[in-house]
Formats: sequence, C-alpha cells, structure tokens
Amino acid sequence: MAEMNMRRRSALLGAIILILLAAVYAAGALMPDAAFAPDFSSSRLAPSLDHLFGTDWLGRDLLARTVKGLSVSITVGVVASLVSAVIAALVGVASAMGSRRVDAAVAWLIDLVMGVPHTILVVLISFACGRGMTGLIIGISATHWTSLARVIRAEVMQLREREFVAVSRSLGKSGPWILVNHMLPHIVPQFVVGLVLMFPHAILHEAAVSFLGFGLPPEQPAIGIILSESMSYISSGMWWPAVFPGAALVCIVLLFDRLGDSLKTLLDPYSAHE
Amino acid sequence: MGDVILQINDLTVEFNMYDGRFSRAPLRVIDALSMTVRAGEVLAVAGSSGSGKSLLAHAILGLLPGNASAGGEMLFKGEPLTPERIRKLRGSEIALVPQSVSYLDPLMRVGAQVAGADRSGGAKLAMKSIFERFALSEETERLYPFQLSGGMARRVLVSTAAISGAELIIADEPTPGMTLEQAVEALRVFRELADEGRAVVLITHDVDLACAFADRIAVFYAGTTVETASAEEFRAGESALRHPYSRALWRALPQNGFEPIPGRQPYAGSLPDGCLFAPRCPMATDECRSGRIPMRELRGGEVRCIHAT
Amino acid sequence: MSRTAIEIKTKLLLKKSAGYLLRAVTLLIAVSIAAFALVSVSPVDPVQQYVLAAGGVSAEQRAELEEYWGVNDPPVQRYVNWLASLLHGELGDSLIYRRPVADIVAERFLNSLALMGLSWVMSGVIGFVLGCIMGAKRGKLADRVLKKLCLVLSSLPTFWVGLIFLMVFSVQLGWFPVGFSTPIGALSSEVTVLQRLHHMILPAFTLSFVSFASIALHTREKLIAALESDYALFARARGESERSVIMRHGLRNIMLPAVTLQFASFSELFGGSVFVENVFSYQGLGSAVAEAGLNSDVPLLLAVTLVSALFVFAGNAVADAIYGIVDPRVREGADG
Repeated sequence: MAEMNMRRRSALLGAIILILLAAVYAAGALMPDAAFAPDFSSSRLAPSLDHLFGTDWLGRDLLARTVKGLSVSITVGVVASLVSAVIAALVGVASAMGSRRVDAAVAWLIDLVMGVPHTILVVLISFACGRGMTGLIIGISATHWTSLARVIRAEVMQLREREFVAVSRSLGKSGPWILVNHMLPHIVPQFVVGLVLMFPHAILHEAAVSFLGFGLPPEQPAIGIILSESMSYISSGMWWPAVFPGAALVCIVLLFDRLGDSLKTLLDPYSAHE
Repeated sequence: MGDVILQINDLTVEFNMYDGRFSRAPLRVIDALSMTVRAGEVLAVAGSSGSGKSLLAHAILGLLPGNASAGGEMLFKGEPLTPERIRKLRGSEIALVPQSVSYLDPLMRVGAQVAGADRSGGAKLAMKSIFERFALSEETERLYPFQLSGGMARRVLVSTAAISGAELIIADEPTPGMTLEQAVEALRVFRELADEGRAVVLITHDVDLACAFADRIAVFYAGTTVETASAEEFRAGESALRHPYSRALWRALPQNGFEPIPGRQPYAGSLPDGCLFAPRCPMATDECRSGRIPMRELRGGEVRCIHAT
Repeated sequence: MSRTAIEIKTKLLLKKSAGYLLRAVTLLIAVSIAAFALVSVSPVDPVQQYVLAAGGVSAEQRAELEEYWGVNDPPVQRYVNWLASLLHGELGDSLIYRRPVADIVAERFLNSLALMGLSWVMSGVIGFVLGCIMGAKRGKLADRVLKKLCLVLSSLPTFWVGLIFLMVFSVQLGWFPVGFSTPIGALSSEVTVLQRLHHMILPAFTLSFVSFASIALHTREKLIAALESDYALFARARGESERSVIMRHGLRNIMLPAVTLQFASFSELFGGSVFVENVFSYQGLGSAVAEAGLNSDVPLLLAVTLVSALFVFAGNAVADAIYGIVDPRVREGADG
C-alpha cells in the first residue's frame, strides 16, 4: 500500500514539474520580441512591480529576457540530451553485441572523450562549427553520452547471459530479433532515466558555454549571455542582472533534477521498494 | 554447576518497518525466548539457518540495527543488561566471536586488531601468549585479514575473545566453510575456554558438532527455543528428546537416516497461530493451533509442546 | 621479502610504468588528431585571422604564414608537419599575444596550477570533513539538512557562483580585489606571495565550492557503508566507542577512495577553472582557452587542449598508483 503511495506521489510530483517546465518553455517560445525590446527611457531599473527582475543597460525587461533565455536553454538542453542519449544507446549496444574489437574501440573512444575536460572539448567543437547553436548542440551531445553508454553496455552484457536470451539463441533466433524482443524492453527504462538525468547537465552546459561566448550570438537572449553581460555592471552596483537570471536557471536545473528522480522512482521497480 | 552468567527471559526482537512516512506493524523476529547459561558450560543454540539465531547474538550485545528493538529481560550475573551497562561490558566481560573474516577491518593489520584499541603493552604481551596457544605464528600479527587462510582467520577471531578475558563468549556460527578437522579444532577451543570457567553460547546450525562439544543444546525454531536438552540426550537418540522438532532434527542427521523434515520453517511476519511447529508436526491437534504454547520443565529439560512426555 | 621477490616487484613496476607511458602517448596522439581535425574543419581561416589581427602583413610574411600553416597541403600532411614541429618543442606563436605559445602556456599553467591546487585542497578537506559529519550523524537532523544543501550546491553553475561571490565579497564587502591574478600595474617580480594569495582565495573558493558538495556526498555514502559493515559491528562488540569506530576503522577505510576520487576529478577541476578564471579575470590557462577560441588563436587553443589532456591523464595515473601503494590488498596481494 505504502509503496503505491510513494509511486503515486512521484508520478504526481513529476507531472507538476513537467507542466511547470512546459509553461516556462511555452512562455519563452511564444513571447514576441517586443517584450524585451530596448527601451532607453527605462534602462538600469532596479527590480520593481513593473519589472520584477529589473531592466538591463538597454532598458530591456530582464524577466522577459530570462524566460526567453530559459526556453532557449531548455530547447538546447533537450535536443542535445536526446542526441547524446541516442549516441549512448547505439554505442552501448554496439559495444556489448559487437566483436571484441568493437568493444575495445568503444572503450578507447570513451577514454578519449573523458580524457579532455568537457569545457575544452565543447570550445573546440564550437570553434569547429563556427560557433552558434549547431556547434553548441553538437558539443554538448558529444560530451555527455559516455556514462549512459557504459550503463547500457553493462545492461546488454548482463542480459546476454540471461537464460531467456540463451534459449532464443538456441532456437535459432537472430541477434537483431533478440535485441528487439528481449533486450529493448529492459534497455528502454535505463535509456529514459539516463536521458532525463542528462537534461540538467546539458542545460547547465549550454548556459556555461554561452557565458564564455561560444554559444549563441550575443543578440540572442540566452541566460549565459545575460550573465556574461551582467559582469560588466557588477562593479557599478547593478546586482539584479546577475542574481535573478542565474537563480531562475538554477531553479530550472533543480526542477529537471527532481523530474529525473521522480521518473527513476517510477520506472525502476527496485527503487520503489527502497 | 557454576554460577548463572546470563539469563534471558522472554526476549523479543522486532523490526520497525518504515516505508516512506507510513509505518507498518513491527515484524517480530525473536519471540518469547528464554535461556540460561552458567559459568563453565557450553550452551549450543542450534537451529536451521534463517531462524534468527544471529540476531540473538546481536541482541545480547546490544548491537541490533537501528530499526530493530529488543524487549524482555536479560540479566548478566543477576543484574539487568541496560544499554549503558552493555556498553561497558562489551569486549571486556562479554565477547563475540563473529562468523567470518569480513568482521575484521580489511585495512588493519591483524596484530593491531587483536590487541584492540588498548595500546598498553599488556595487550601486546597477552596477544603473544594467546597466539602461541592457538598455534598462530608471530608473522600473523603483521598480516592483513585478506592474507589469512580460512583456518587462521578462525583462530584469529577466537583469539580476540580469549584475549578479552570475558566471562561470556558468544560464538556466532564459527564453523561454516571449515573442514571437519578445522571445525573440531575450533570447537575444542571453545570447550577449553568453558573448562577454564567461562560461559560459552555457541550459535550453530550443526547439531552434530554441537552434540560433541556442548553441555546443553537449546533448539531454536522460527525465532524461539522449543526445547532445551542435554547433549547426552541428543546423543542418546530420538526417544530421549522432548519436542517433535528436536526429534525431526535428530532424524535428519546423516547417521540417523538423513530423513528430511516435510514442509518448511515459517517466515517471521507470517507465523502460524499457536504452536509454530504445528503445520509440520505429525502430532499436532486442534489444541496446538490456538494460543502460544508456553515453555515448561520436563524430565530435567525444557520443552514448548503440550504433547511432550 | 626475498631478493627475487624484490626483483619481480621491480619488474612489475617497470612494466606498469611502461604501460602508462604507452597509454599517455597514444592518448596524446589521439587527442592531437581529434583537436587538429576539429580546428581544421572550422570555417575560420587561421591565416586570414592572423592577417586581420596583425593589421595587414607583407606578401612575403603572408606566404610564410601560409607555408607555416600549410594551407595548400592536404590535411594529413599538415597534421604531420604540425606534429613534427610540436616534437621539436615548437608550438608556434600565439595570435593574440604575439609570443611563443610555449612561453604563454608555461607561465599561465603555473598560475592555473596554483589556483587549482589551492581549490583542490580546499574542496578535498571541506568535502571530506562535511561528508564525515554527515556520515557520523546519519539520519539525524544535521545530516538531513547538510545532505539537502549538498544536493542543491552540486547543481549550481560555477560561473554564477563566481558572479555572486564577486558581487558579495569583492564589490559589496570589499574583502577581495575585483579580478586579475595580480595587482594591476605591478611588475610580476614585485608581487608578493601574500598578494598573490589574496587574489587567489576567492576564485579558488569558488572553484572548490562546486566540487566539495559531491565529495561530501560520496564520503557520506562511504562512511555510512563502513559504519554499517561487519567490521564496524565487531569493533563495537569489542567495546570500541562510536567515536573510536569512526576514527580507527571508518576513516581508515574511506580515506583511500576519497583521495583517489579527488585525483580522478582533475577533468572537472580544469573545466571549472575555465569559468572561474573568466569570471575573476585570472590569468591562467582557463581564461587563455576562452580567449584563444574566441579570437581564433589556433596554436594556443591546440596547446591548451594537449596540456589539459595531459593534466587529466596525470590525475588518473596518480589515482591508480595510489591504490597500488596504499591498499595492502593490491600492494601485498602478490605475496599473500
């Protein structure tokens, strides 16, 4: 009984978070550019009821910029995580099902990706793509797949040893058939949890790389860019452009974190008993 | 007969089952357990695995896990064992001989562990003589637990109890994984410790070995004792025993026919009403199935059965 | 140990070292190929960038540059040429600084090393102590509060923490200078160690702030596992107090994994330093990599990439080696 309650609570919490995140995303995506157009008559305003987050030096409303920026962050984070998770699944399965050589090559590739600090790798990839959104997404995708790939590889390896797989094999079923019918149902939950747990990291990475100047162009309202601009005004006592957008980013990241935990509880039968 | 060292009256051990913020009815793992151990004797607590025997050892030492609680009365030399008192007695008056080498700190040399936290020279000297007694070479002190062979590890564990000078030694399953010779050797050590005037509680699933070295045997079933008999009675055979489970245990021994006991031991949480053995007992009647059966004295021993004669 | 045993051990050690060296070399080659390939596909033309940055060059200079970059060679040829000059210790000239990349990297790496070292020690000590407190008080209020706190801290972005700290401690409270690894205008020879430290504390604390939470959580798990282990139970059964169990057995068993983990986290440390150095205008490799990337300073970018890979590799190698030296199960496993 209590177990049901715990799972139901997780589901409810997850749904609320999902709605909240979707609302932030939609608000940002549907927002007209006019909402954060420069307005020199109201530049550098401290937070007030008119401008909850205040305005920047061009008089742009920071709340509107932040929401727009968050929706961009969510987009990049979700797309990059999806790409990354698919890479992880392909690489993980190939490594477990393929020959010894494929496995060694994958292990080596993972060592290579883990061998260079992710920030440096993302900077390099962004440089290779001539900066912008594409480079950012490729960079984040390329650096986040390794641990999930290991998890999936281990899962497939374990499944391969299981009886029902051995029976199917002795019945003459092909590798792909076994993969789809026996292994996929076990891999999918791992995949989904891994994917959702990747979101917060990917979003943080997007903001961080944009902050360095390698992400979106400066005219885009990304959180990283707002925070990067805010640096110039810190010494003049303008604190709000640094505090609010950053705090909003942290909230979104924590929400995604919590969403991942809820999903983990729901999908993993073992965690339900913890 | 020596003085009573440990007396346990109506011991219960319960686990609180927490699940989120909802708590369930506590799970009773040991129920209405009573026993007495005297100086100079080896009392074997024998029963099949999964009957909660190790918890008995932990309960006596006050080392139950955080979600477990003990009820009933435990007296050490006539005085109640309060949590404060047990903390003082642990390691000095009451010693545990654990099951396996995993109870030794894997990263600490054997010598440092046997000598204990006490850094005085006395402990070191005592260790040297004890090691000699158990035929442990001086090099053993400098080894790490993973470097000990099975037999050595066993002797090291026993030596921790011997060095403590404790009056009560609780040995928790000291023989699994040993060859017969090693097991006999280990139990001989406990016999010697008892002959020196200590009280030894030997928790084991090996009825045969218990018969050979113990003075009395408490038969443990589904969280409680069902009979206390002398070792001679166990050696004498089925008819000398009192409880149907003890007899079934006796018949299950290889030399006595190797006859398996039908059915299986009930789990804590789904215990039958009335006699715990009733569902497997050929003698069970309706009377057995209502109300807990009390322990009663019979022919110089104790039994928890209304039909026993 | 007999003479032959020592010989065998020495041989094993040599073999292991040779293995490490081989792995280091192959990793560096792989990283260099990947990095070179990435900058090669970039739409940014290095010669053009150089010319732009220099504000016009003569035709000969331009030809020289094209020769240096091998613009007209096939990519593989270019890579081989670059690698050859790299092996001769020539990393080229930095586009932004107009100085040999080797000098810049050497100078800035020392700065970064000081910053990362200080932060590494801070996060290790704070994280370990916090983790031990949580583990010792497991389930109690202090543990629950600290655990929640650590979970939140570990999802804070480094650069934002830096911004907030800069705002609070430097601008508002004036405790620390705003930016730069040394006082502005001072010659590097005149800067005292104390001044350097003063400029370094806030960035180092920021950098450690992000990692100590995860170290604390890890230490907590390990300590709880140790305190619930069989050997802890036996220690209690032998009359050791809870304090003694923690100090004598708990710490002994969690120290090694904690130190190892700390060495294995060089990658995150370096990555974090990039942001911290940018926020605090600290003149290290991390701020160099951002400048190099933004200004298409390819030689500098490649050099920093290689140095960072070497740094991460060194951390992992040390972590491995520590296990071999400290853990008796590995150290004495051969003659047990």
